[in-house]
Amino acid sequence: MKILIIVPAYNEEKSIPGVIDDIRSYVPDADIIVIDDGSRDGTEMVARELGVTVLALPFNLGIGGAMQTGYLYAEQNGYDVAVQFDGDGQHVAAEVGSLLAHLRQGRADIVVGSRFLKRGDYRPTFLRRIGIWIFSMVLSMILGVKVTDTTSGFRAVNRRVIEFFARTYPEDYPEVESLVLLHRAGMAIEEISVQMRDRTGGCSSITPIQSAYYMIKVLLAVFVDLLKKVR
Amino acid sequence: MDIVKALAIAGSATLLFLVLELIRRGRLKERYSLLWLFSSVVLLILSLSRSLLEYFSRLIGIYYPPSLLFLIAFVFLLLITLHFSSVISGLTEKNKRLAQEMALLRKALEEGKRSG
Repeated sequence: MKILIIVPAYNEEKSIPGVIDDIRSYVPDADIIVIDDGSRDGTEMVARELGVTVLALPFNLGIGGAMQTGYLYAEQNGYDVAVQFDGDGQHVAAEVGSLLAHLRQGRADIVVGSRFLKRGDYRPTFLRRIGIWIFSMVLSMILGVKVTDTTSGFRAVNRRVIEFFARTYPEDYPEVESLVLLHRAGMAIEEISVQMRDRTGGCSSITPIQSAYYMIKVLLAVFVDLLKKVR
Repeated sequence: MDIVKALAIAGSATLLFLVLELIRRGRLKERYSLLWLFSSVVLLILSLSRSLLEYFSRLIGIYYPPSLLFLIAFVFLLLITLHFSSVISGLTEKNKRLAQEMALLRKALEEGKRSG
């Protein structure tokens, strides 16, 4: 089985070596592709020196466009499974194995790693908890299965989803929206509990008003996705 | 001839002239000029013929006929901007695909070089 780990990276020269090391030691049989989303630092260089394949975008497309580049590569090179793995060091490579094991059971087309399914170390603030709860409620209702971590970018998908994402991948809030589109395309979604690290550096400076605004935008995008024609 | 009529004629004639001139010089693609052409012709016809303008105004219950010109101009502007939004969306999608293709091709090219 050909496995591809897609690592999107935007200005991540500091964290990329750690991420690649982590993946190589826990998932040695998988191919790694780094998508450099028009970084202005040495992300591309650093990744190349580590001997990983890099797809360098000529300018910043945003996480949606970058991730889709990885899926296009997976589709064109005949991969059976693709795993999304953030370049910022948030995801834990030791958990990739359980994503793959669940995918192999064949019940789901996409397996999402959730921080909130079991009580872990991650303790979000009160306001964030409300936001997470609302997203989870709305999405669970739409999808017909319980999802707890709708913004998780740590997922493994099978060939069917690779082909679907190569055609259609949302740009604005891809993690949340892609679940809705996959559901509408008739794919089965499964969530499993995983650990994640706290994002190193870059503390969140979002005000409550900004987060409320963000939530409204995401929910609107989700409702638009419900109206879209899905190919 | 009252001033409103003269202004309306001058305005719509200028618009039509500008659109035609831009097309002639190749600065406006035909496919993006159809709405502009159509709207300026409609406005010009209604400015020239008071009776036609009054007829259509009565038909939809407008008491001051020249406001029909505003209404028509407004509706066309809405359509034109909507058309632009859809064109921009299409271009954004194509632009994204080009960037992605470029990244994939660059990788294939490097591999080709390495293996000779």
